[in-house]
Amino acid sequence: MKYLCIVYIDPEIFGALSPQGLAALDEASLAFDEELHQTGQLILAQALQPISTATTIRVRDGRLSATDGPFAETTEHLGGFMYVEARDLNEAIEIAARSPIAPFGSIEIRPVLDLARTVQERRERAAPAPGA
Amino acid sequence: MPDQPTTAARIDDLYRTDSRIILATLIRLLGDFDRAEEALQDAFVAAAEQWPKAGVPRNPRAWLISAGRFKTIDRLRRRARFDAALGELAMRLDEAGPDPAESGDEIVDDRLRLIFTCCHPALPPDAQVAMTLRELCGLTTEEIARAFMTSPSTIAQRIVRAKAKIRDARIPYEVPARERLPERLEVVLRVVYLVFTEGYAASAGPTLVRADLSGEAIRLGRLLVELLPDPETEGLLALMLLQESRRLARTDPNGELVLLPDQDRSRWDRALIDEGATRAERATSGLTVGPYGIQAAIAAVHATAPSTDATDWGRIVGLYDRLAIADPSPVVELNRAVAIAMHDGPGAGLALIDELMENGQLDDHHLAHSARADLLLRLDRPAEARAAYERALDLVKTDPERRFLEGRIAELDRPRGAVRELDVRPG
Repeated sequence: MKYLCIVYIDPEIFGALSPQGLAALDEASLAFDEELHQTGQLILAQALQPISTATTIRVRDGRLSATDGPFAETTEHLGGFMYVEARDLNEAIEIAARSPIAPFGSIEIRPVLDLARTVQERRERAAPAPGA
Repeated sequence: MPDQPTTAARIDDLYRTDSRIILATLIRLLGDFDRAEEALQDAFVAAAEQWPKAGVPRNPRAWLISAGRFKTIDRLRRRARFDAALGELAMRLDEAGPDPAESGDEIVDDRLRLIFTCCHPALPPDAQVAMTLRELCGLTTEEIARAFMTSPSTIAQRIVRAKAKIRDARIPYEVPARERLPERLEVVLRVVYLVFTEGYAASAGPTLVRADLSGEAIRLGRLLVELLPDPETEGLLALMLLQESRRLARTDPNGELVLLPDQDRSRWDRALIDEGATRAERATSGLTVGPYGIQAAIAAVHATAPSTDATDWGRIVGLYDRLAIADPSPVVELNRAVAIAMHDGPGAGLALIDELMENGQLDDHHLAHSARADLLLRLDRPAEARAAYERALDLVKTDPERRFLEGRIAELDRPRGAVRELDVRPG
């Protein structure tokens, strides 16, 4: 089962990091990604540029609006994500909990929706298989 | 058929004692809560049909598990004509082996799997409670709704959503790894205690004591002590037994609240106190002592004291000191202040409560204001006491507590000034 682990950074905890602490965190994060890669649990991990670089776009009635910053004002900022393959939710929780970034914010774990399968099943229900 | 009534009675007994154990194993074998519940009902229907003729099998529980499993495989095969995936599932279940594991260890593990899955931290707290009562205690949706004074459809929706999350997010049916056990057990104990307190003192509404939920919680507590011996598991059971021992004395014949100092101690249940005090002792005698154990020890001091005056308040203050470290909260601080008032006099307690209120955390807590009022009364400051009771009255939620406070205000003209320790449980 695939899970997206969405990492939210708490700027207060993260901002208190010394340059050395930040460097150590970066090293540890890379090493953790490599470890998950070795065990076959990691599909993709990606850190993101700070929130000051964010742009939010909306399309309404065919009109595009682009604005600075994130859609919602929250205390925690989206900082990156890990896309993992795990046996079940408990394994996904274990992976997220072991992440070096975990102490610096919170991680939302979401099982993915298999859209192709959903569409396929909907089609099958609409037209039963021949012979049924 | 002379033995038919006895067979039917036997089946009823088995349902009562074993249906949750069988369900726990069926969930593992069939990999799905709804399928397992269906299989459980099928198995008992089959037993009712076959046992009166063929006799009760030697191992009825294994028979029922097996019957439930085969009925499910049958059903899936029949539906496979319309949905090929169900055919594959039936095949997988069939290949998993005809002989469902029946060793004692596996049965215990299945029961633990069910407990930890119903109380999985990824489920919202109200769903944990609903799932526990439904799957683990076997209560119907209607019974749970009645106990929580909500509609059956609300409870049903919570259960449907919880099961959907278990399925869609793939919450596994397993006992947590050893290193995760303490934090996972904490959730389980919280759910059981929530069920108990909901039954013991309704947080809102007309009835103060709801016996069924407290009884279910104590049954769950006993099951946990049996399956997961741990000081805190023992402590929680002790705490519930000791609180339960005062149930009859806690309300008067009109259903009005009677506080600890005014309770008729001869109406306390001695058997529950003896068991609770022994368990509280066991829960606090080891190296690690947790909040439930300490609260049980406090409850045991009260339960074994002949009167309020003859209570060992020094020991209670000491236990609250420990509780304030193990599980710090404003309510614990408030109870500690009231105990200090009993030990060192009302002035000392009042100073502490005023200090707590200054940082605002207890200002919307009716028990803080009524405790403050009691102490003011003892210090012969009736005008301030009245104001504090009135503030408590603004905040109170249950009807018996409201009537109690109204009574206190009415009595202010002829004060009798008994201070009390609050009959509340932190958390």
